[in-house]
Amino acid sequence: MTEIFGVPAQVLYGQLLLGLVNGSFYALLSLGLSVIFGLLNIVNFAHGTMYMLGAFLAYALLMPLGLGYWWAFILVPLVAGGIGIIIERTILHRIYGLDNIYGLLVTFGLTMVIEGLVRVYFGVSGLRYPVPASLSGMLDLGFMRLPVYRVWVIVAALGLCLVTWLVIERTRLGATLRAGTENPKLVQAFGVNVPLLVTLVFGWGVGLAALAGVLAAPLMQLTPQIGHSIIITVFGVVVIGGMGSILGSILSGLTLGVLEGVAKVYYPEASSTVIFVVMILVLLVRPHGLFGKQ
Amino acid sequence: MNSRTLLILAGVAILAVAPVFVYPMLIVKLLCFALFASAFNLMLGYTGLLSFGHAMFFGIAGYVLGLGMKHLGWPPEVGLLAGMAGAALLGLIAGAIAIRREGIYFAMITLAISQLIYFIAMQVEWTGRDDGLHGIPRGHLFGIIDLSNDFALYGLVAVCFVLALAGIRRIVTSPFGQVLTAIRENEPRAISLGYDVERYKVMAFVLSAALSGLAGGLKALALSYESLNDLHWSLSGEVVMMCILGGLGTLSGPVVGAFFVIVLQNFLADKVGEWLSVIIGLVFLFCILAMRKGFVGEFTDRLSSLRKKQRAAS
Repeated sequence: MTEIFGVPAQVLYGQLLLGLVNGSFYALLSLGLSVIFGLLNIVNFAHGTMYMLGAFLAYALLMPLGLGYWWAFILVPLVAGGIGIIIERTILHRIYGLDNIYGLLVTFGLTMVIEGLVRVYFGVSGLRYPVPASLSGMLDLGFMRLPVYRVWVIVAALGLCLVTWLVIERTRLGATLRAGTENPKLVQAFGVNVPLLVTLVFGWGVGLAALAGVLAAPLMQLTPQIGHSIIITVFGVVVIGGMGSILGSILSGLTLGVLEGVAKVYYPEASSTVIFVVMILVLLVRPHGLFGKQ
Repeated sequence: MNSRTLLILAGVAILAVAPVFVYPMLIVKLLCFALFASAFNLMLGYTGLLSFGHAMFFGIAGYVLGLGMKHLGWPPEVGLLAGMAGAALLGLIAGAIAIRREGIYFAMITLAISQLIYFIAMQVEWTGRDDGLHGIPRGHLFGIIDLSNDFALYGLVAVCFVLALAGIRRIVTSPFGQVLTAIRENEPRAISLGYDVERYKVMAFVLSAALSGLAGGLKALALSYESLNDLHWSLSGEVVMMCILGGLGTLSGPVVGAFFVIVLQNFLADKVGEWLSVIIGLVFLFCILAMRKGFVGEFTDRLSSLRKKQRAAS
């Protein structure tokens, strides 16, 4: 069997794939976080909670209602996006004029409430969501065997990132959105309904996070805690990449996920900390992040 | 004698007789968290910097004290001072890193650094990992006072609490504290006045970290036990809540907020179970949306407007 730096190639490939999977989630979440921050000036602490909620909603659709994976894939982002829109209309719009630390604090409060509710209804023990039959099985590439579902997650997540990027950079709606990020008052003066835009963007970002949760559901034990460990890591990713650029979020998310995977092979103790160490190094060398604007 | 000194004297008197009526270890816990929240207030309330990783200082001091007293035979006063020094050193490093970005990034970076510390503590052997660090001896204070007596320990905690609060009051009313307030109110202006804003921020961070370390050390000493919970980010979130609920930038606010949260947790924990975090979260949301100045801030506002009315009437 071939070895790469003293590690069997199969093991390394396996971890690289896992790293890519995790990286796709980081990319999806940090993308949503950046877009929301751009227009709302709010760092959404509840973004990880929405990811967690997405996974649990998928479970709720399956268990009592018998609606499978593909239903969840369509319905969960819609439901979560709807919840996001309600939250934006009832709560977030009250704090736009304030210092942006209040945005972080309010969404932190929301995290406590939503996570508490999930605990109440689903309990704290881990739940299992089965891999859908249409995506189970292995793909044999000759030099390694790939679980189909993981490949699907990477393709789907990157596809979603790409669509978001295209919408924002290449469409008229996206142009309005970017203008709104730059100068909301002026855009409003041109007759664009900026508050509506803001609501929709928040709903979109939250829906994206919930969809990431659906994608992740078959890959792990579902507990209410899965939201915060990922949001803290994504904060690290965002500090490294800078929140200014969409491609920057995607690239840094993927790279850091892979880096974590590599660390798991060569120095397992560091796998949970490597992103934070990179963050500190980046802060020392390039304080505004790799892709960040001043 | 003005009303402020009367209030302070009344507070000290209450502290002195409280253990007769309430289980002293509950008050010890209350005081530790009140001190922690007051130390945190130095950052958010007076300097305007939101640190979302303050549990790392609270926890690291507990581990330094615990390891020193358990394995090296340190007396408690050395353990507490070493804990504070450890927290201050960590504060210096974390502060110097986090200060490189402003505003909301500062919060995210402090959170990430504290998560880094948490993961390290989870992996190294001498923290006892998930089991925690058990059997920290309370020892003899200055070699004479036996702290295994709960009342003696309470006395130590109460004295530390009063001294630390007096220290915080001294800091915020000093010229140094005025500069911190100036940074909070208008940072570009403070810079243009020639203040080295970054240095002031790091100094505030170090002071706040050291006092958080005192709180963490006292708690570990009192419980003879230190665990990863004291390093966890949820504790960092809790101390933010205590401060905001009580009232930012006031001396008594964090104390009131800490008492409120701890008492609520103690009384509700076995009655509502998992609903607890929902309830606390809702109270916190309400507070940010409807009464941003916190209990103490709102109360003093009401009081002063009432006085104005009375004056206008007379």
